Amino acid sequence: MKARVHVTLKNGVLDPQGAAVAHSLGALGFDGVNDVRQGKVIELDLAETDAAAATETVNKMCEKLLANTVIENYSVEIL
Amino acid sequence: MRAAVIQFPGSNCDRDMAVALEKVAGKGNVSMVWHKDADLPSGLDVIGIPGGFSFGDYLRCGAIAARSPVMNAVVDFANKGGYVFGLCNGFQILAESGLLPGVLMRNAQLKYICKNVELTVESTDSIFTSLYKKGEVITTPIAHHEGNYSADPETLKMLAGDDRIAFKYVETPNGAMDDIAGILSPNKRVLGMMPHPERLNDPELGGTDGVRFFEGIANALVSA
Repeated sequence: MKARVHVTLKNGVLDPQGAAVAHSLGALGFDGVNDVRQGKVIELDLAETDAAAATETVNKMCEKLLANTVIENYSVEIL
Repeated sequence: MRAAVIQFPGSNCDRDMAVALEKVAGKGNVSMVWHKDADLPSGLDVIGIPGGFSFGDYLRCGAIAARSPVMNAVVDFANKGGYVFGLCNGFQILAESGLLPGVLMRNAQLKYICKNVELTVESTDSIFTSLYKKGEVITTPIAHHEGNYSADPETLKMLAGDDRIAFKYVETPNGAMDDIAGILSPNKRVLGMMPHPERLNDPELGGTDGVRFFEGIANALVSA
């Protein structure tokens, strides 16, 4: 079973990388980009076959390591 | 005084830190401890977490080091009142481990910055800062890409109110909130800072403003 984790910065946390990407898009002529927020995607290949159990385990992984919940939100998707 | 320096794959200031500690503790009193060791040497007074790029800065700076076996022992040591300090990547590791609040984000200008900066000594209420004068301006090098200290407003208020800001930048180079360069734990026994006092620790290195950082540790712990 595969799981995909999205880690994003919380609202209100400054994202200098996102700001740099937005600036660069503007320089390339893409108008109307109000804001860019950069995050990461982590894909996991799990031995677990039960979706509910996998979700629970991956949530624990996010709390312990994959996200820093001081500044980041995460969401878990079972594929 | 017995000191230990923790080594992670990618640490690169571990020798500098050991040299600075040996200078005040004497040779033979500083142990190097590998990150896979689950136990610390007995009779330790202070633990240093060095700078570098532990685990290649993968995932987030300090995140993987903070979950390595030795860090459980370091957190236990600190929770029992032990003295711990982390410089640069060491600060990032202490923040990720939860021993210090907040997080070190990418520098506001997205650039790696390596230069000498001026710091003001904000708190002298710790063994690390006791030999400086409050408000004194000292020079130490910085060398980091992720030194932009961030915390929520309540944490920033608490740090200021409880005299837990050890050092501030005179001119913030990296976007750090409230110009914070280094902070202390509630019991003032754990310190994390982005600048490198161990790199200006000898006239041969171009400056000596870091000397009192290490002498302060030794003064407190030798007489203790």
